[in-house]
Amino acid sequence: MAMLELRELTKNFGHLVAVNGVDLSVEEGEIRGLIGPNGSGKTTMFNLISGFLTPTRGRIFFRGEDITNLPPHLVAKRGLVRTFQLTALFREMTALQNVIMACHLHTGLGLFQQYFRNAGTRLREKEIAKKALALLDSMGIADKRDEITGDMPHGHQCALGIANALATEPKMILLDEPVGGMNPTETKEIMDRIKRVRDRGVTVLLVEHDMKAVMTTCEKVTCINFGNKIAEGTPQEICSHQDVIDAYLGGGTNACSV
Amino acid sequence: MRRAGHGVGLVILAVILGGLPFVVTKYQVDILITLLINVILVVSFRLITTTGRWSLAHIPMMGAGAYATALMTGTLGIPFWVSLPLSGLVAALVALVMSYPLARTKGFAFFIASFAAGEALRLCWTRFKIPFGGHKGLTDISIPVLVPGVPALDFSKAIPYYFLALAVTIACLALMYRLDRSRIGDTWKAIESHDDLAKSLGINITRYNMLAFVIGSAFAGIAGVMQAHRLWAVVPAQYGFVTTLYLLVWVVFGGTHTFFGAVIGVVILTILRELLMPLFEWVPMIFGTIIILTLIFLPSGLEGLPERLSWLRKMKIRISFGEVPEVQPERIKQGAASPAE
Repeated sequence: MAMLELRELTKNFGHLVAVNGVDLSVEEGEIRGLIGPNGSGKTTMFNLISGFLTPTRGRIFFRGEDITNLPPHLVAKRGLVRTFQLTALFREMTALQNVIMACHLHTGLGLFQQYFRNAGTRLREKEIAKKALALLDSMGIADKRDEITGDMPHGHQCALGIANALATEPKMILLDEPVGGMNPTETKEIMDRIKRVRDRGVTVLLVEHDMKAVMTTCEKVTCINFGNKIAEGTPQEICSHQDVIDAYLGGGTNACSV
Repeated sequence: MRRAGHGVGLVILAVILGGLPFVVTKYQVDILITLLINVILVVSFRLITTTGRWSLAHIPMMGAGAYATALMTGTLGIPFWVSLPLSGLVAALVALVMSYPLARTKGFAFFIASFAAGEALRLCWTRFKIPFGGHKGLTDISIPVLVPGVPALDFSKAIPYYFLALAVTIACLALMYRLDRSRIGDTWKAIESHDDLAKSLGINITRYNMLAFVIGSAFAGIAGVMQAHRLWAVVPAQYGFVTTLYLLVWVVFGGTHTFFGAVIGVVILTILRELLMPLFEWVPMIFGTIIILTLIFLPSGLEGLPERLSWLRKMKIRISFGEVPEVQPERIKQGAASPAE
């Protein structure tokens, strides 16, 4: 059974067709890349899958369950969580406070327990803090735990964005440009960490313009243009696909020569 | 060291609060009572603002508490001590009904929608003569009685009522402070910080917004109860937009980042207003000027002052969150553990 399955997913904004009948199936344990020119509908697809937008037509299945019209917090509860372009963070909080907040779904604390903080609650809060710190560590930013995240450098913010997503204990994460604006060293580090996340059993779907990062990380790549799926296959197949070259990669490119 | 400093500060504050009513005039004691009630009002208002929503229904919610206690103690003969929490509950219930549509709006839409909802509530009081008494309101509000015949507990007098109001204010502030520092308070601040991120992390933001609105309104209701039993009258005009404007002025002047910012705002502006009493006609104009100057030079209110003054810049005031438990990183063992460590 596919982890995530889109059936004829369509989204219209007025007369504009942002996503046009896209079928997509992501298997468990995969790292799937989603590429396409700006405005081709990649982020709209993310917003549809994660429940921030409702599709005009088509259905979305996650682990066999229809999640088409669920609000975002319930999609997250089912184990499908997304990150945002340009990294969304609770900018006034420290890195550790961010991840502690992101553990919301798995605190095991009701409102009354959160208010009347008895010994059990305090113990649980400490466990949550430990888990949050371990997540920061897994993204390589444990030493930045007490920095206000709004003041952190871009690379660390991106890493924290992923740590926040992982705190929800997802089965699948959608990463929207996880290495946008990073230098090659940072890109490689984040991509390696994304691979490790997958190795721990989390399926990954990522949108990225850095073709080298996509080609070295993803096992399979889907390319969309004007809301239509134009190609799907291994990175090698995508690189040599004439429609992809015409629409996105450009002629005579060596973006794929890795 | 710091703890000792806090202790000394608390003792000084207690002496001031305890001694003040005995050294000022009777009129000024009533000003102090109003100030205490307004402190509950601004702190509960600030509680709702932590989700990023400025409720213009807050003063009508205060009215809901006042009307509830007026009807309970006056018409039904329920004792004050029962009607105090019950009236807070009534305000909470009214807020709960309103919050179903309101919690789904944000920013300017919430501002306007909450104003409309509050005004609708206020108009109910003027239109329905039974049981709300129309424009004239309700007047037969009972005086709180604890033990009949003890003069120190005769709450019809200003000084005993001051201490009653002080006790209620401290209790309300303690309850709200605890909430502010709990995970619930942090979740509210997270929603204000980035509501889409909060949603994507599985936080049901509608539910949390409703919770903040309901709890904040309940405390506004309590403030209304305390006001009604001092004024012995409830009229709809008290809960009109002018009162709301004063509330906004206090909160904008004080700031909403920290728990006590707005409290300092209301205290300073109340004192200022009393000092300006000889210039009575000028007060609205002076307050207007203060607000404009605050918004230009201190957009985050008095809390932004340390940042403005170079010699105080180190104590820049940020939004305060609950405490993070002390944790040490546990090295994740990779492969064989090295015996050297």
